[in-house]
Amino acid sequence: MRPEIRHLGDRGLLVELGAGIDPTVNNRVQRLHQILARENLYGVVETVPAYGSLLVVYDPLQAAPEALALQIEDLCEFDAADEPEELHRLIEVPVVYGGEDGPDLDAVAAYHGLTDEEVIRLHTGTAYRVYMIGFTPGFPYMGQLPEALDTPRRETPRTHIPKGSVAIAQRQTGIYPVVSPGGWQIIGRTPLELFDPLQNKPSLMVMGDEVRFTSITAEEAAQWPR
Amino acid sequence: MAAVDVLEILSPGILASVQDTGRLGFGQIGVAPSGAADAYACRIGNLLVGNLENAAALEITLMGFQARFRCEAVFTITGADLQPSLNGNPIPLWSVLRARPGDILDLPSPVCGCRAYLSVGGGFHIPAVMGSRSTNIGAGFGGHAGRALRAGDLLRGRGPEHHMHFAERSLPDTLKPVYTSDWVLRVLPGPQNDQFSSSGRAQFYATTYMVSGASDRTGVRLDGPAIPKIAGAPDSILSEGILGGAVQVPGDGKPIILMNETVTGGYRKIAVVIAADLPLLGQIAPGDTVRFQETGLSEARELLRGVEAALQWVRKYVSV
Repeated sequence: MRPEIRHLGDRGLLVELGAGIDPTVNNRVQRLHQILARENLYGVVETVPAYGSLLVVYDPLQAAPEALALQIEDLCEFDAADEPEELHRLIEVPVVYGGEDGPDLDAVAAYHGLTDEEVIRLHTGTAYRVYMIGFTPGFPYMGQLPEALDTPRRETPRTHIPKGSVAIAQRQTGIYPVVSPGGWQIIGRTPLELFDPLQNKPSLMVMGDEVRFTSITAEEAAQWPR
Repeated sequence: MAAVDVLEILSPGILASVQDTGRLGFGQIGVAPSGAADAYACRIGNLLVGNLENAAALEITLMGFQARFRCEAVFTITGADLQPSLNGNPIPLWSVLRARPGDILDLPSPVCGCRAYLSVGGGFHIPAVMGSRSTNIGAGFGGHAGRALRAGDLLRGRGPEHHMHFAERSLPDTLKPVYTSDWVLRVLPGPQNDQFSSSGRAQFYATTYMVSGASDRTGVRLDGPAIPKIAGAPDSILSEGILGGAVQVPGDGKPIILMNETVTGGYRKIAVVIAADLPLLGQIAPGDTVRFQETGLSEARELLRGVEAALQWVRKYVSV
């Protein structure tokens, strides 16, 4: 397929491979991300995948952007239907829903006219794709949330969201790996460590992973192996 | 070589942190580069005292910094003029000086620029995390204990014995950057340039923006007339990868020049500051003004070559 390539200043090329939150489009992004990692083009510093685009960061003293864009275009001549080269991993994420760990669970349930239990059943009842990691280290943007849980962001963002908070916004769900501000609805908290800079692989999740949430009790969370 | 106590922080001022040239290659797991906001000043400082260019230095912001040397040292202050003094005697910037144990270094308040860099010969002993000694203040790792410096922090280092001969060197005036309070930044059109009306774009290049007090290491926030987007366009776009220098326009229409603490973003970019001008972003202070001037890719490359030629000259100058 022929991508749309835009300049992000004199250090980046944004390669757009499709629109919207769409697994087929995201597969293409992942595919190109993997191809560029393998090709190791001269002057390419790193690539940053997102929902439908891949940012290719280059050293302007080593790579000429016009030529680099043509090289990338050639590397996009893969079958759009092809799956990425690695199998998706399945990661199970235990969550304590509601209470202090999920202060917005009641409001989310009320917004949709559901009980807390129905929200939990819907959230745990779907497998999610990790479309991209961004915002903070290790933060997975996952989708699609069931339509019945499509919830707007909070009117007033919080300034301090505890590490491990599990949140939803519109048709997405995510996990805050480090303490940060944020505007998503917090419905629970996981004892899993999503980001540890001292590990060889600092981020628990990478783009393309598949995630399932399971409901656990606060007692189980307290004893969860770290 | 055994580490010795080098510097004791008496007051960090507004913000002081350990930074190097940044943590590159981890954008795909959401980790921003961090690093010196003015990488040119930081690299030159390290070169002058005989360190690796990407060694850890202290980034000192605007005012109120005070520290005590705990060993004999050679050091230099580069970047912003925060009126540095040693034991109360004014000292020059971009020059390598000697300090004795007990000497007090002060950087009380700005004359021009926003961030000064303190490099010591032999470097600070800071463990690399994910390949860098930079502090990621937002996520709380790297640098000294994963945080900004506090009074009482003790920084250790290799000691100066192999760097004493770098003392008394100083950077030629022609290589010193010129700081102002009325900045003109050279930019290329942003990837969503076409989603602003032509009058909105014209206004962007015609406006002299005020730098807001809400600016910090994450970005330079600008006050001025809101930039209108084209009719019907939503406030945000689907998140995509981003780089320092990107000028994003959020829902309120007021531009923010992003620095190196952000990897992805969902706002439109009207322009992107060229690589050669990125170090200037670290010197823009609240209350300054900013204008944008459009340039082209080949001019941007020539300007960056000029910056790298200056660094190459310094590398040769210090190697003899």
